[in-house]
Amino acid sequence: MNSRRFDFFLILPLAIFTLAFLILPVARLIAEAGSGPQGLAGFLVILTEARFRNSLIVTLLLAIVTTVATLAVATIAAQTLANRRFTGRGLLLSMLTFPLAFPGVVVGFMIILFGGRLGLVGSVTKSLVGTNVVFAYSLFGLFLGYLYFSVPRVLLTILAAAEKLDPSLVEAARSLGASPFAIQRDVVLPALFPAMYTGGALCFATAMGAFGTAFTLATNIDVVPLLIYTEFTLATNASMAAAISIALGLITWAALAIARNRAMRDVKGG
Amino acid sequence: MNTHAPMVTTRSGASIATRRLSKSFNGTTVLHPTDLEIPAGQILVLLGPSGCGKTTLLRLIAGLEQPDGPDMIRFDGEDVSGVPIEKRNVGMVFQSYALFPNMTVAENVGYGLKVRKVERAQREAETRRLLALVGLEEYADRRISAVSGGQRQRTALARALAIKPRVLLLDEPLAALDAVLRERLRVEIGLLLREFGITAVYVTHDQAEAMAIGDRIAVMEKGRIAQIDVPKEIYHRPANDFVADFVGTMNRIAGRVENGLLNIHGGETMARLNVGGPDRATTLCFRPEAARLASANGAISARVAATTFFGATQRLVAEVSSECRLQLDLPSNVSVTPGQILAFEIDPAAIIEFQTEA
Amino acid sequence: MRRQWTSTAGIVITALLSLFLVVPVLLSVYAGLAVNYARGPSAGFTLDWVGQVWGLYADTVWRSLVVALLTLVVTLLIGVPGAYALVRKGGRFARAVEEIVTLPVAVPGLALALALILSYGGAGAFRQSTLFVVVGHVLFTLPFMMRSVIAVLETIDWRTLDEGAASLGAPAWRRFIDVILPNVRPGIVAGALTVVTLSIGEFNLTWMMHTPMTKTLPVGLADAYASMRLEIASAYTIVFLVMVIPLLIGVQLVADFTEKRTAS
Repeated sequence: MNSRRFDFFLILPLAIFTLAFLILPVARLIAEAGSGPQGLAGFLVILTEARFRNSLIVTLLLAIVTTVATLAVATIAAQTLANRRFTGRGLLLSMLTFPLAFPGVVVGFMIILFGGRLGLVGSVTKSLVGTNVVFAYSLFGLFLGYLYFSVPRVLLTILAAAEKLDPSLVEAARSLGASPFAIQRDVVLPALFPAMYTGGALCFATAMGAFGTAFTLATNIDVVPLLIYTEFTLATNASMAAAISIALGLITWAALAIARNRAMRDVKGG
Repeated sequence: MNTHAPMVTTRSGASIATRRLSKSFNGTTVLHPTDLEIPAGQILVLLGPSGCGKTTLLRLIAGLEQPDGPDMIRFDGEDVSGVPIEKRNVGMVFQSYALFPNMTVAENVGYGLKVRKVERAQREAETRRLLALVGLEEYADRRISAVSGGQRQRTALARALAIKPRVLLLDEPLAALDAVLRERLRVEIGLLLREFGITAVYVTHDQAEAMAIGDRIAVMEKGRIAQIDVPKEIYHRPANDFVADFVGTMNRIAGRVENGLLNIHGGETMARLNVGGPDRATTLCFRPEAARLASANGAISARVAATTFFGATQRLVAEVSSECRLQLDLPSNVSVTPGQILAFEIDPAAIIEFQTEA
Repeated sequence: MRRQWTSTAGIVITALLSLFLVVPVLLSVYAGLAVNYARGPSAGFTLDWVGQVWGLYADTVWRSLVVALLTLVVTLLIGVPGAYALVRKGGRFARAVEEIVTLPVAVPGLALALALILSYGGAGAFRQSTLFVVVGHVLFTLPFMMRSVIAVLETIDWRTLDEGAASLGAPAWRRFIDVILPNVRPGIVAGALTVVTLSIGEFNLTWMMHTPMTKTLPVGLADAYASMRLEIASAYTIVFLVMVIPLLIGVQLVADFTEKRTAS
């Protein structure tokens, strides 16, 4: 049938590219991970070796804390911005979303400008209390960096949901005498949950895989992506790097898949 | 890539024949084997409720769906079953018009000619002629989004006619319009199609539209043609209960015929109706307009429950008994008031009796 | 008056968040133009640092533009027909393909870069060329192009448009070019702006995949942040902002425009 041939030609370039540069390389990565000195046990190296395990725990904690903090501030900011019209709102929204396009290295540099040796916070505290407060290269600095690149995308996701929220729902709840807390718990947050799942999962996955920010801040905290980088380039241990990559990829992919299923169930259920 | 056969323009288009044409989707039969003959130049209306298979039948004729088997559809005797729509040379007017938003009114109308590599000057002349025909010359360079619903409808019609199709297929072409416009365009389309003398298949669920446009009407039910005939016969001689109810309003009186007289069930006032034939239990049907006022003798008497004024006529809801409620049309100059007892009779020629199942 | 209290808190938090996101950007602009950042504005302003950056890193700017354009061309050629094919096909198969194609968004760039290097590291000329970086960028940006096109296809009645053109005699490829492509243009434009923006800013994949001869702007930035004085690093950041911010504004204008058009 002619139309079937047309469909075939439409998808052919995509199929070739995906096969050559995604499916085959990922298969190669998996094969590489299993070909180390430990054989198939190499897949579990991230759990079995203390150095890797500690790094995984730190990265997971950092990603979770980042996600929780991002969801908290983004949900508040989204509600604040959703139904207010003020001059410069468009400009403000644009500026809040610009960091979406910043590579991790630039985000790291922003944190250096904020809390580095010549940073804003340091110079303020120096003139006030006489000590130069430097936090850019600490775990806190790393957390701020993660927050910096996470907030814009989560904010956008939740803002879209908050703008769709029917204001008459809140008005109805108020007419029934609900307190602001009860309105949040019973009306607003349930409506925002699907967006919060999606945004939160995206935030968690990005935080787990973030490399540029940690690389620029050059902290002595070995997050998992830095570990992959050092294993591959400095230790030239390709199979180890591959095994850790696969573990990391599975974690981020699973986080997104779970959140998407939950979000969809919520939409269907509600 | 493909060369089109030179177009032969006949005044009457092609005849359409289907032979045991059927279609099922994933094991569900949406069209049972159907035989249909549409002579060249005739307008056939496919009428029925949604889900009756009328759109599927139209899309099969168009070539948008593949029939279940080979050699099921013929145009002028030529098997077209395997020919895709783009090579079947059919004009199609879609319910949503399927006008291209990226083109102007004129570009839409001329698109089929452009695809056929008709030379620019000739294409433009032809486009102008069709736009004039549907009264849209002034709107030629407007975007589709900048013209009204009725103008879109006419653009779609002009676009389908521009390719000089062998048959014209219209899928609920007026369904998206409001009632007033629908009524006006119904008349216009009927005139235009007759002027073109083109073979047309017209799908609708609106019986008034079917009556106004069709040379013949095929009433469809559950994937089958229930009756196919000229509008008059469909109205006055419906083949079964379904057709009777779908086209127009039908009254029913149930009762027993004894000695040629019908005794209406449950009547407080025993009414008798001379129908003849053997003794039997039956249901008689008649249209509201078959009723007329009568003197009390030998007539059916009924209590008027409500009246609706229609201009030349008025429609009464009349109760013969608690189970038998009828709709009767009377001239509007007859004064009737609710609660009044009315005596009426039925034109014997207009009484329809379906075979009652055992 | 508790409601007053909560909304005031909301405004304060939103304002602080905005400052947190915006102030460092302004600082970097200031630092890149200041004669001496540590001495403050009194030392005056200059374009010298930007000039120095241009002297040191102009090649990375051009390479980033070339990579972004090549990435755009490839994502257009692969992604637009692919998106249409998936929407036409529908069902479980299309969802599975979309899931696979979207994998590079979910999986960290480092892992993908590693997979590509392991697979094609032996192919010398290809591995050394800018095309290798382009492949990585296409892998990462393709899902965005496809999503954008699919989103528009889902709002237009593409099937009826396609059937309409078919009824007028147009063959399949012609219907795609004459009717489908013009009507998904908003999606293509939005997708294209996103692809170029992401490509210019891509670091995770590129850092692993680049060679000394195929450095892009973010790779140069990482280099400058590590080894140059703050003013040069900032001036380089300005160059990056100048390239990316117009694109971001473009993305928003397109989004607003299509929103207005679909609303009317």
